[in-house]
Amino acid sequence: MLRLFTLCLAALMALVLPASAKDKLTVYTYDSFVSDWGPGPKIKTAFEASCNCELEWVAVADAVATLNRIKLEGSGSKADILLGIDTSLTAEASATGLFEEHGISTDNIKLPVPWTDKTFVPYDYGHFAIIYDSEKIKTPPASLDELVNGDPEQKIVIQDPRTSSPGLGLLLWIKAVYGDKAGEAWTKLSRRVLTVTPGWSEAYGMFTKGEAPMVLSYTTSPAYHMVAESTERYRAASFPEGHYMQIEVAGILKSSQNKPLARQFLDFMTGPGFQNHIPTNNWMWPAGKTSDALPDAFDKLVKPAKSLLLSADEVNASRKAWIDEWLKATTR
Amino acid sequence: MTGAAIQLDDVNFAYPGGDPLRFSTTFQAGSFTGLIGPSGSGKTTLINLIAGFEEPASGHIGFDGIDAAGTEPADRPVTMVFQDNNLFAHLDVFTNIALGVSASLDLSGGDKARIATSMDETGLSGLGKRLPRELSGGQRQRVAIARALVRDRPVLLLDEPFAALGPALRRDMLRLVSNIHKQRAMTVILVSHDPADVKFAATHAAFLDAGRVVANRPVDALFSASDIPGLQGYLGT
Amino acid sequence: MKTSGTAGPKPAVLAGLVALGFIGLAVATPMLALVAIAPALPDLSGDYLGFVWSITKFTVLQAGLSTLLSVLAAIPLARALARQATFPGRHIVLRLLALPLALPALVVVLGIVEVWGRQGWISTMLQSTGLSGPLNIYGLAGILIAHVFFNMALAARLLVAALEQIPPENWRLAAQLSFSSRHVFRHIEWPVIRSVLPGIASLVFMLCIASFAVVLVLGGGPKATTLEVAIYQSLRFDFDPPRAVLLAGLQLALCAGLFVLGGRMATDIAVMSSVGKPARRPDRFASRRIDSLVVAAGLTFLALPMLAIVLSGIAAPFGVIVSQPVFWRALVTSLILALTAATLALVMAWCLLAAQRTIMRHRIPSRTASAFMSSMQASGSLILVVPPVVIGAGWFVVLHRTGLANSAAPVIVAIVNALMALPFALRILRPAVVGQAQIHDRLCASLGLSGLQRWRLIDLPVLTRSFALAFAFAAALSIGDLGAAALFGSADFVTLPLLLLQKMGSYRSVEAAGIALLLAGFCLGLIWLAEQLKPGAQTS
Repeated sequence: MLRLFTLCLAALMALVLPASAKDKLTVYTYDSFVSDWGPGPKIKTAFEASCNCELEWVAVADAVATLNRIKLEGSGSKADILLGIDTSLTAEASATGLFEEHGISTDNIKLPVPWTDKTFVPYDYGHFAIIYDSEKIKTPPASLDELVNGDPEQKIVIQDPRTSSPGLGLLLWIKAVYGDKAGEAWTKLSRRVLTVTPGWSEAYGMFTKGEAPMVLSYTTSPAYHMVAESTERYRAASFPEGHYMQIEVAGILKSSQNKPLARQFLDFMTGPGFQNHIPTNNWMWPAGKTSDALPDAFDKLVKPAKSLLLSADEVNASRKAWIDEWLKATTR
Repeated sequence: MTGAAIQLDDVNFAYPGGDPLRFSTTFQAGSFTGLIGPSGSGKTTLINLIAGFEEPASGHIGFDGIDAAGTEPADRPVTMVFQDNNLFAHLDVFTNIALGVSASLDLSGGDKARIATSMDETGLSGLGKRLPRELSGGQRQRVAIARALVRDRPVLLLDEPFAALGPALRRDMLRLVSNIHKQRAMTVILVSHDPADVKFAATHAAFLDAGRVVANRPVDALFSASDIPGLQGYLGT
Repeated sequence: MKTSGTAGPKPAVLAGLVALGFIGLAVATPMLALVAIAPALPDLSGDYLGFVWSITKFTVLQAGLSTLLSVLAAIPLARALARQATFPGRHIVLRLLALPLALPALVVVLGIVEVWGRQGWISTMLQSTGLSGPLNIYGLAGILIAHVFFNMALAARLLVAALEQIPPENWRLAAQLSFSSRHVFRHIEWPVIRSVLPGIASLVFMLCIASFAVVLVLGGGPKATTLEVAIYQSLRFDFDPPRAVLLAGLQLALCAGLFVLGGRMATDIAVMSSVGKPARRPDRFASRRIDSLVVAAGLTFLALPMLAIVLSGIAAPFGVIVSQPVFWRALVTSLILALTAATLALVMAWCLLAAQRTIMRHRIPSRTASAFMSSMQASGSLILVVPPVVIGAGWFVVLHRTGLANSAAPVIVAIVNALMALPFALRILRPAVVGQAQIHDRLCASLGLSGLQRWRLIDLPVLTRSFALAFAFAAALSIGDLGAAALFGSADFVTLPLLLLQKMGSYRSVEAAGIALLLAGFCLGLIWLAEQLKPGAQTS
């Protein structure tokens, strides 16, 4: 038994042994980005073909965890780039003082909102949306207000703003639309909330299993079902008040030993070699230049008339207070 | 109460994967028989069959001529003391004995008196509140015997209950059983690995070998016999 | 290798001390590391303390009720399973009882929703018969259903193991004294159950305290916030490590306090060994009908969500799943992790128990010895309530500072998994080891058998069944564990549950369901493997 044990330990170590010794760029990101079916592997191939270097993805559970890891590692981090946090976290990330200005051209960047951040470069974006099951709901809510005031028997599953990005997204969305009245809106909405899940996966899983006819997700979610499952059953509800945006970004760490290469990567990130892989691998809208046409499915998606985005600094300063407001409003 | 005669008539039995056993013999009413024989010869199985813990594959077991087939252990005229684990570890001596009277421990005044008498008889006076772990090995077996006494059955089966005790203590216990046998005229069957014990306490002895009862005779007759195959080899004489 | 009766530390005690130190180090190091990197003391306003107080109350309430229900339901189920020792399929049922533990909470939650949810099977059935509207389990009810699903099976399996230790003479006595089922329970079963119940209940309680996804999803919203959620939030979204450590400390203290109370009620199982042949239970016929009912009810409750998981799983494109190299990497990693963690858990459990045994035998009287004993009991338990997110983040800091972050990560994951499996291993092995000690100690001492030699020749063959069960539980727990493995995520270190979660998180819920099914299958395979351990098998 002891021999078996030693063997197992050795095997475990072997699983993670480092490989080559080329010029190496280390990028921290969330794990679905680099899964076999995510954009990561394809981007790695594309980038390595042009840089004569090795691109190493280090994947952590999710966006928040990547930033936390940078915080835990401090200036000793071996990361050159952090890729994957969104605009609700950029102010917090900047405040650590661990990132430096990107210094690249932002000509390629295409976003529904102007981009002024000098530290982080966006690579994709999406809008939060209520996805509904068209077989269960014939007349979806036509506005955020209808969602908030609608039939309590028609349920929605949302995510917890304390533990998930979409959850925080909805919190900010309601804040952006209702301002000081956000608490009241939450109290009303909570009658329709079947449950609040810790992450996107539980909520979306419950939705596709038919437990609730609505779920909080992204406007791009129907594209997956159209492309991969050839069904238009799941649709996004379009709200005239606007949809809150999630912009995913990347930034260079001050401690990077490879800054020219890191800049080269960010530059590459805004071009087709990176951007072409975003729509059908990350299921988000590309934020830079693509050379392939977007799949047809993306044409059918809801395109919000208005993009809502609170400033990163405001989010960073008020998040705790807004979460408390949400807690009070929904546990009453 | 006097003892019952026990008849075994071509009783066949085998443990799964074990050798077949086949018993035919009679234990006279009021006799005290020591079962001897090599280990594996079927001594314990024989009394388990009598007690009803095992059902024969074929053949008959009778008490005073009445077939016991299908009779639950509790309904047979039998009480048994095991080699080990006779007591419930969490119950005190008195309660352990009382279980022989009533499983729900509903005791009348008369029951309590009977329990006290059996404790006196077995030398347990004053130990009623003790837990089994506070007793010596010999005392624990005395409790088991006391319980057998309050059950007041015609047949007492003993499965090497004193094997773990020292020689002097073992003699004491055998003397105790022997006295009980005399006073109550029970039919007693004692499984033993020591022929000396049997000579000391029993009136009869039965020799088992390879799953058969080879002989069942009065003690003196059996031990002095020269016509019993395997006995000399077993006794080493 | 002579065991002398004179003063001086015994090797077994030393081994126990080493194991204890190892556990302490593995748990305290990350907590201290997190405190050490703190820029400031945690900000604890009166409001926040009020919040902590209210979630603490809820945490204890849900865990307490979950434990009570799980144990109450487990007792009749275990009795029925122990009583009916021969019905066809019993082996499979016993194996299935270890399975919920191996299933990631996310998978179970979805399975339960499919059965008990608004649109679930039961709701649909009730609605079609016009009996009532859709069920609404979101709230305490949902939490309790899920926790009973996880823990009734566990408690029942442990109880069956204890009931099977009852010596055959007891059943012969019961037959002779014409015990009814009530008497059997009162005089034979209950004393055994009572002796193991505090251990089992405390285990279940801890698992419920630390439960996270179940509480949030089925709790219906922020009303159902537990300490574990607050810890998670503190460490992740608020990045306030000291507060996370403080809350973790509170959770730890809470459980420790309850254990001190619970420890008073615990009794050690009395030695029961027997040379007798196994006896059939006299009550097996009379109770057959009610036992069938109990087993059927228990199994239905457990099987429905499992069936839901299987049904979603078999629709999965297995061809696609197994054609992906990442699946095989994840499978190999998970199996190696499970085997390593289970072995390590058993080694640690053995060291602790051997030390306890030695102390008990030599009746080492000092206060130190008794402190050692109780800290050993506690250490083997409380690990479960230190949130993996705290252990993981803390160890990450340590490893990062020492430059070992990547190479040592899998080892840490294995150790953390082993520590989580330790409470199971201890509870399963302890009664058997203590019993063995009282039977064989003197003999071994007289023969000069000690240490490894004794373990190989005497203990292992006799304890094989207990070892196999402990191994099965430990392996099941770590093959299904997500917490520890997720913390050190790197593209190269993928386990099956992690892969499942990734699939789930990128719309591939059908593939995820398939992986869940495969995970359950491999877990059953591991349990089966553990049961194949034969007394005297090659052990070196």
